[in-house]
Amino acid sequence: MLRKGIALAALGLSLVVAAPAASAAEQKPVMKHLEWSFQGPFGKFDTAQLQRGYKVYREVCSSCHSMNLMHFRNLGQPGGPFYDPEYKNPNDNPYVKALAKDIQVNDIDTETGDTIQRPATPADKFPAPFPNEYAARASNGGALPPDLSVIVKARAGGPNYIYSLMTGYKAPPAGLKINPGQNYNQSFAGDLTPFWSGDHHKVPVGGFIAMPPPLAPDKVTFDDGSPSTVEQQAKDVAAFLAWASEPKQMERKQFGLGAMIYLLIFSVLLYFSYRRIWRNVEH
Amino acid sequence: MSGHSTYEPKTGFERWLDTRLPIIRFMKDTALDFPTPKNLNYWWTFGGILALMLGIQIVTGVVLAMHYIPNAAMAFDSVERIRRDVNYGWLIQFMHANGASMFFLAVYVHMFRNLYYGSYKAPREVLWILGCVIYLLMMATAFLGYVLPWGQMSFHGAVVITNLLGALPVVGPAITKLLWGGFAVDNPTLNRFFSLHYLMPFVIAGVVILHIWALHVPGNNNPTGVNVKSPKDTVPFHPYYTVKDGFAISVFLLMYGVFVFYMPDSLGDAINYVPANPLQTPPEIVPEWYLLPFYAILRAVPDKLMGVLLMFSAIAVLFVLPWLDTSKVRSMRYRPTARLYLAIFLLACLVLGYCGAHPPDQAIVGEPSGFILMDSDINSITWLSRIGALYYFAYFLLVMPILGLTEKPLPVPESISEPVLSHPAGAPAGATASPEKRG
Ligand code: HEC
Ligand code: HEM
Repeated sequence: MLRKGIALAALGLSLVVAAPAASAAEQKPVMKHLEWSFQGPFGKFDTAQLQRGYKVYREVCSSCHSMNLMHFRNLGQPGGPFYDPEYKNPNDNPYVKALAKDIQVNDIDTETGDTIQRPATPADKFPAPFPNEYAARASNGGALPPDLSVIVKARAGGPNYIYSLMTGYKAPPAGLKINPGQNYNQSFAGDLTPFWSGDHHKVPVGGFIAMPPPLAPDKVTFDDGSPSTVEQQAKDVAAFLAWASEPKQMERKQFGLGAMIYLLIFSVLLYFSYRRIWRNVEH
Repeated sequence: MSGHSTYEPKTGFERWLDTRLPIIRFMKDTALDFPTPKNLNYWWTFGGILALMLGIQIVTGVVLAMHYIPNAAMAFDSVERIRRDVNYGWLIQFMHANGASMFFLAVYVHMFRNLYYGSYKAPREVLWILGCVIYLLMMATAFLGYVLPWGQMSFHGAVVITNLLGALPVVGPAITKLLWGGFAVDNPTLNRFFSLHYLMPFVIAGVVILHIWALHVPGNNNPTGVNVKSPKDTVPFHPYYTVKDGFAISVFLLMYGVFVFYMPDSLGDAINYVPANPLQTPPEIVPEWYLLPFYAILRAVPDKLMGVLLMFSAIAVLFVLPWLDTSKVRSMRYRPTARLYLAIFLLACLVLGYCGAHPPDQAIVGEPSGFILMDSDINSITWLSRIGALYYFAYFLLVMPILGLTEKPLPVPESISEPVLSHPAGAPAGATASPEKRG
């Protein structure tokens, strides 16, 4: 009995100790949570949104950020922003061809061996804005703009984080010292205590980011007439980056639905076979 | 392998083969006719689930290896290419990545099942030890595999773990250098890790064969822990357990599917989607969930070498478990006190897992106490890990030997059939998850 008591007490104690650490309200950067058309097991990308998002990337972000894993053909593959069922092979998709043609990529002239520029084809990768990391840093005050191909998977919060970051540039609170080349963003991770001259307990959330606010009202003209607010641009580019981080996401969910239904039926059948086979065994 | 064979070759070819290589006889005796206790519950289906998971990991792994490039400059992109451009590459890749977690989930259930029902006790000690060898190999394989995508956590995880081995006296530095293939984690490391990661699963498969051999000599344990007394206590493996295992496997696959199809990244760390950068250490280096308890034990000790030794002891102690448990009763159905200590042990493992995932200096509740003992604040994850680790070892080294001698177990049934046939009022409390009781 005593032993049982001790054991019970130990169990209780460890439960108390293990209670989710309700540590002091930590200063966390602001994360805004949005509804996304592609969330959940049945969610789907909104094609118009992906098209707008691509435009934001192309016209704004691509001047600093590469997307090395993306090819123009991806834009025309099933589930992509410019997929056209008439062109099963995205390399034949005239819209994708036209988009690619507007962009110059490096190549080598096979006659002379010289480096040349030529219009891109759907088979080409998205060209990187800088020839190498040093050039990228040199143009961005020493900071490196990360490749955006899988950025949505590479940050906790995914598309919500991208949206929050894009809309997180706020006027710095008085008392915050900002170094040249830095920008205050309430959604970027950091510790602002060393730069804060105000109340100890009211250090602003967020951090300093080297990226200047990339978006502004009417910076991009949307072909479908959607209002070009910062929020709209941010939401659309986040959706596009979410698609780009896993272009086969729709295929995954669709295939998954079939597989799950199949397994469910199979399980039910096996369960009844099990009951039937065991019906005469006492156990 | 045990018992006498009921196989009768029917065709001329079978008779001819049977006198030369009795492989059909062997298969029939081990996989179809094998007498199996008739009272096994669903916890006994995890062995079959594990066998399937090993198969899935090998098949998906071999296909992945056709497309993967073990080169520090290309590995990360090659994994992404598999997901983006290889036909059904996304499926294969997500199955393999999440399959590792499912494999560990199943192995932990399997091991706790053995702890609960005392399956490691005589005459199954060798079976249990082979299981421990498999578990050790699984951890090595998972660690090696996690390095291959060459993301930030892959790289820095490899740095941390290989450096740990370097702390071992005398042999440490040599082992580390051998693993690195140089003076730091780099391309040669990736190459040898890939080679070893491909090799290990086949070693595991070999040990699994021994494991099943060692199972078929004494036969299965069962929820009562009582030996099989007569043929009345058993049913042939096929069709009784093929169909029951099949059902359980199918349900397990459903759960696996939820991860693969709907939340393939939920068990991984976002930062591993950032390509490896040796110059930038992530703010926190955490292993995959299934290694967290050991990571917590490692960090609980202020001294690096002692930490490493304690971590290895945590696994080593499993090997001698059959000789630490002094109880004559196998199943905890009849050991209520032992059941309680096992529940606390499970809790301790979960607490250790929680500790492994959080920074060591983080306060458990509220603000740090300011009271430092053995280099760490009393109110810190480190101290919680220490308590967890203490119980982890105490359970094996104190509770198991002492309890077996002092406790008073409940009456144990005569045979497997007896408690079932007489339907005792108030079924043993240990018979929790056995919905098949109705079957
Ligand atoms: C003028 C160049 C420039 C433009 C244009 C630009 N960025 Fe950036 N971006 C940067 C730099 C530089 C960084 C690195 C910041 C740092 O590390 O402080 C960065 C970082 C980021 C990050 C990573 C933040 C983190 O958590 O580490 C994201 C996401 C991002 N940019 C998205 C975008 C998007 C989306 C656009 C287009 C709407 C865009 N950027 C346009 C320069 C730019
Ligand atoms: C690759 C991993 C493994 C595979 C494929 C595997 C397979 C199996 C199978 C098919 C059985 C019989 C069915 C069952 O009892 O569930 C079994 C039983 C057993 N396994 Fe494993 N196993 C694995 C890992 C382990 C590990 C890690 C341990 C312990 C450290 C272990 C210990 C045991 C024991 C003691 C039994 C006998 C249980 C009993 O009959 O009561 N196994 N295993």
